[in-house]
Amino acid sequence: MTDRAGVYARIIELIEPLNAKKVALTEATTFAGDMEMDSLTVMDLVASMEDEWDILIPLNMLPDLETIGQVADAVHGLVTKKG
Amino acid sequence: MTDLLSKFDPLIAEHAGLLSAGIRDPFGIVMDKVLSPTEAIIKGQHTILLGTYNYMGMTFDPDVVAAGQAAIRDYGAGTTGSRVLNGTYQTHKECEEALKDFYGMSHAMVFSTGYQANLGMVSTLAGKGDFIILDADSHASIYDGCKMSNADIVRFRHNDAADLEKRLKRLPPEAGKLVVLEGVYSMLGDIAPLPELVAIAKAHGAMLLVDEAHGMGFFGPNGRGVYEEQGVADDVDFVVGTFSKSVGTVGGFCVSNHPKFEILRLVCRPYTFTASLPPAVVASAATSIRKLMTAHDKRARLWEATRRLHGGLKARGFKLATETPESAIVSVLMPDQETTALMWSTLIELGVYVNMSRPPATPAGVFLLRCSICALHSDAQIDTVLGKFEQAAQMANLALHEPA
Repeated sequence: MTDRAGVYARIIELIEPLNAKKVALTEATTFAGDMEMDSLTVMDLVASMEDEWDILIPLNMLPDLETIGQVADAVHGLVTKKG
Repeated sequence: MTDLLSKFDPLIAEHAGLLSAGIRDPFGIVMDKVLSPTEAIIKGQHTILLGTYNYMGMTFDPDVVAAGQAAIRDYGAGTTGSRVLNGTYQTHKECEEALKDFYGMSHAMVFSTGYQANLGMVSTLAGKGDFIILDADSHASIYDGCKMSNADIVRFRHNDAADLEKRLKRLPPEAGKLVVLEGVYSMLGDIAPLPELVAIAKAHGAMLLVDEAHGMGFFGPNGRGVYEEQGVADDVDFVVGTFSKSVGTVGGFCVSNHPKFEILRLVCRPYTFTASLPPAVVASAATSIRKLMTAHDKRARLWEATRRLHGGLKARGFKLATETPESAIVSVLMPDQETTALMWSTLIELGVYVNMSRPPATPAGVFLLRCSICALHSDAQIDTVLGKFEQAAQMANLALHEPA
């Protein structure tokens, strides 16, 4: 599943176990603000996404990725670039 | 006006909540008097220090103190200048010579703190288009160095060689790569499997930096660190360390055999744009480093005291972060913040100082009471500590386990 919708759906699945606050997950949900995820949890999530699609998400990209939608766009872009 | 400090409100509330339970502030300890590397007076009470990283007990070594006194007399209280302008004295060069001799390397650069050494080395070595590959449990100074560099940052699972390899394989083969490792990880006190990690890093064309902050002084035949003990010295490009642990004062350094190393003095901002260490500090450090070269008895004693504490805590049913003592840090695993704080507070009331550590400084959200052992801790002191731990566990209602 490497189209945008497939990537988004899988990301939601990866986030769900880390969603301690049980907030509703949408494109606009933010990691730090809405989910109150600490930086370590975010970095672990990044690692699981890297392994899921065999891509590289450098940590320095993270400050620009605030919402689930933005992450889905970034991952989709990286997966597409990889071909 | 937006109050810029309001973003810290949750932390302020959490801290206040902690103190409202009537416990002492774990982050507000004041040492009224320091009696020795292992004892101080805190709030009028005689306290055993078991959380100072003063592994080799050099802070009160008579030669180390005398060297500092002579330097402050001969060179003054401070340099008021950068290493690259007016802040390099004979004392600083002698300190770098001591480091070169200690490590058997051709270059040494002294920074004003260990934090700045990592900040400077990591951020300067890797630039735009390069990759820094770091262990997930790396110290804040390494993470901050990554942030300051313009490199792409890749993190691998703590001490996991297979995970490191998987991530290195995803990188462009031609890109510059710096793999950053630590000999001892200071939160859990575990050591790195350097031969595996180093071999993988080298196979993928990466340069290697190893932080030996918590390994210097007592790992390896010459006390250089875990990298020496594990026999990977030939493959490590840069070793970073600190004077604020085994050396017993303050300062940081990097040593290397790289032929172009000296240029870093001009391009490494945390080295260039800050004042150099006071002459007394570098003179004390140089004397301490030279004494550490041959401190074989002290090393043996440090390991002995560490085994006594680790074994004693285990026998009393405490859960420890490492099955066996891997370094001179013994971390006790705690169930939650409340119990950790209460236990810590009870220990300090009983005259034992340890470190309380909590997320995000700790990996995987664990709460710890962290002990660091000194070569000068006597068996009697360790036994006193063990008794106090048992007593504090009772008072804090910490469940102890049946020793296996």
